Amino acid sequence: MAQNDAKGGKIRYLNPPAVEVRKKKYCRFKKAGIKYVDYKDPEFLKKFLNEQGKILPRRITGTSLKFQRKVARAIKRARSLALLPYVTDLLK
Amino acid sequence: MLKQYETVFIATPVLSEQQMKEAVAKYIQLIKDNGGEVVYEEDWGLRQLAYPIQHKTSGFYYLIEFRANPEFVDVLETQYHRDERIIRFLTVALDKDAVAYAEHRRENRKKKAEAPVEAAPVKAKAKLQDDDVDDEEEEANEDNA
Repeated sequence: MAQNDAKGGKIRYLNPPAVEVRKKKYCRFKKAGIKYVDYKDPEFLKKFLNEQGKILPRRITGTSLKFQRKVARAIKRARSLALLPYVTDLLK
Repeated sequence: MLKQYETVFIATPVLSEQQMKEAVAKYIQLIKDNGGEVVYEEDWGLRQLAYPIQHKTSGFYYLIEFRANPEFVDVLETQYHRDERIIRFLTVALDKDAVAYAEHRRENRKKKAEAPVEAAPVKAKAKLQDDDVDDEEEEANEDNA
């Protein structure tokens, strides 16, 4: 099949070229209209941590720069109050 | 000009309820003596720490929101440093968004205290829902105490 098509001058792929349809990332703070990120709420901040308690990058969470800074600050405050761990295994 | 602040401190878990009350009263008095006003206070009770501090794995958390002169923060923190009962503290200045959030949070908690059963499912914002979960647990503790 593919050869026949190639003879006819058309380029056909055996498999259709993989076009990933990614969901557009969005900043949840902007979407929900949240203006202040609270450090007193560790359960919420855990959404922005990986299992080791590290802050997730923006490219994964989709948070805008403005709020990434605020989230980072809130997480660091929560850590100093022992609401969140600095280092851990298997958070969550 | 008075500025709005919020301070959380962690007291050692070895304190009795009476001693804890004394500690809280001391700081409230300190704020008032220095021309500040207490806006709000909140007892989080005995909580597990995320990591040990001074070989302790739990502590009494207490939150005080107050208005005071910026110079007062240093006075307060010196007192914290000198106080052996306090194992950790954090004082934060509140900007206008934070003040709005704090008011909102307060109202939510008040509503919760009045009607603990039906308030939860209506909330729109994810942020607030998380808060509510936290609040329920804390209030359950308060009820027991």
